Amino acid sequence: MAAAPDAWKPKNKALAWIEDRLPIFGFMREHTVEYYAPKNFNFMYFFGSLALLLLVNQIVTGIFLAMNFNPTSAGAFASIEYIMRDVEWGWLIRYMHVTGASLLFVVIYLHMFRALMYGSYKQPRELLWVIGMLIYLALMAEAFMGYVLPWGQMSFWGAKVIISLFGAVPVIGNKLVEWIMGDFLPSGATLNRFFALHVIALPLVLLLLVVLHLGALHTSGSNNPDGIEIKQHKGADGKPLDGIPFHPYYTVKDLVGVGFFLLLAAFIIFFQPTFFGLFLEHDNYVPANPLVTPAAIHPVWYFTPFYAMLRSVPSKGLGVITLFAAIAVLFFLPWIDRGKVKAMRYRGASYKIALAIFALTFIWLGKIGIGESTWIGDTYIARALTAVYFVFFLFLWAYTYFGWERTKPVPERVTMHE
Amino acid sequence: MNKRMFSGLLLALALISGPVLAQEATPALYEAHVNLHDMASVQRGARIFFNYCAGCHSLQYMRYSRISHDLGLSEQQVMTNLDFNGVKFGDHAISSMPAADATKWFGKAPPDLSLEVRAKGADWVYSYLKSFYLDPTRPVGWNNTVFPNTSMPNPLWELQGVQTAVYAPSRPGEDAKVDKLDLNQPGLETPEQFDRTARDVTAFLTYVAEPNVYERERVGLWVLLYLVAFSLLAVFLKREYWKDIH
Repeated sequence: MAAAPDAWKPKNKALAWIEDRLPIFGFMREHTVEYYAPKNFNFMYFFGSLALLLLVNQIVTGIFLAMNFNPTSAGAFASIEYIMRDVEWGWLIRYMHVTGASLLFVVIYLHMFRALMYGSYKQPRELLWVIGMLIYLALMAEAFMGYVLPWGQMSFWGAKVIISLFGAVPVIGNKLVEWIMGDFLPSGATLNRFFALHVIALPLVLLLLVVLHLGALHTSGSNNPDGIEIKQHKGADGKPLDGIPFHPYYTVKDLVGVGFFLLLAAFIIFFQPTFFGLFLEHDNYVPANPLVTPAAIHPVWYFTPFYAMLRSVPSKGLGVITLFAAIAVLFFLPWIDRGKVKAMRYRGASYKIALAIFALTFIWLGKIGIGESTWIGDTYIARALTAVYFVFFLFLWAYTYFGWERTKPVPERVTMHE
Repeated sequence: MNKRMFSGLLLALALISGPVLAQEATPALYEAHVNLHDMASVQRGARIFFNYCAGCHSLQYMRYSRISHDLGLSEQQVMTNLDFNGVKFGDHAISSMPAADATKWFGKAPPDLSLEVRAKGADWVYSYLKSFYLDPTRPVGWNNTVFPNTSMPNPLWELQGVQTAVYAPSRPGEDAKVDKLDLNQPGLETPEQFDRTARDVTAFLTYVAEPNVYERERVGLWVLLYLVAFSLLAVFLKREYWKDIH
């Protein structure tokens, strides 16, 4: 593609020489200094950049862990303790990786919730949302396989339970489970292939998806807490009136977010690394033993809402369908919600209430899914909450399809609250 | 609206967390109140561990030299007071009991204790050490209320003395439940002294489960201080840049 005659060029001669042959500096400029973002971002808009930071953290710490990890069923558990005790700063690298994984889910859940608050999945950003959901899906696979690697009791039994879900597929189910594990039980073969997928295949997929996610974002432009398209009001210079260059304005603002986020992360890493047994679980400090079933098998906290749904359904086949449907339905959100008004602050009161109930339902399901309680009533509560989870989407469709929503007028230009 | 909604969420969260948390059905444990910064306690725990426990239990991931480094003990102190197997200073603390024999004697080889506190928690270890009682129906003559039908005899009986069980009245056909434990025959230590002993062993095993704990907290403090300064600078930088945005 030929550059326009008035195209920006670096002043430095060497850089200009490169730019003529590979317009990389212009590309970087286009996506930072010349990328206009709405000026009214609030607290909820920190989580995208934080997710990217955490992804980098996972890759860098992961490289150093992989140097010392032994992906065999006989050596995996001991090699983790080797990293924790004998490798220089190994404990720090591992705690950063473990805490980073959990915090990545915290950040991603908040990032997704932000999209629900301000309608960031709506036209013209449907594909951006779908790519984001694919990232979430890849992240779940990545986290699950990473969790299996230390080869503790919960790694083994978690793997056994989750992989056995594929046994619910009609006809080929059992063969499929054996094919995934490479054995009749999770074993060294499973561990080794999960290691390969965890350190090579899925990170590559994730990186590609993140690039596509950013590409889609920079095509439609960022949404904002008012849900207004800033591109509709441009100045004489062709720049959005309510937009400011991403760099330096949002790079310095995100730096503030990074600072406070790292404070929180460092507090966990250095003073509460197991996070009360949630980020690093007690049972996973017992080496995997196929002959001893732990008292309670459950996945790590970020999967427990879906796990609670699975367990609340009395039939395995229906439970698995419920589990996958709960994730699949999110992909269709842009087409379920027909409302034209994006941001929560101008939407009907019922939407706000429904969204609050939806968030609480998800958190409560997560609590039940951890399975510390043996109270029988939780099964019925989980059933009711699973229903509420799906009813939210049904309600959202009916509410917007039949025009029951009473929205407030959306202002022409963005509003500042700070 | 945002803030109101957020605080509403928090309030509702607090309301549901109450009943959900209250339903846990774990057996009541004593609280260990381990203090890893009481170095004398951790050192005493190490001495008791190597005198009373290490004959059967290994610490397969723990090196003698690391104990020396972290607990402020000299090489000579460790080699004469803790290393009774005559292995090298840099070696791991492996018990000299052959696993095959141990399985024959106890039905199950004594587990490695490197990660016991990680797996079960300090309170569990502390309570377990305090809860042995004489039970003639068991092969080794001992039982434990925290870990019923354990195959381990009470290793600290001469310090603690001998406890016997007082059973709660049970209906016919039901198993008798232990109501409480009575100290039947006093040991070398008073109950208060023995509590301290059990706490010291637990403290040592807590350290063993995560020997980086001292370095972690020391480095962590500096990292937090650095990040506070970093965040403040970031705030000022942001304010400076955003001055002209309204």
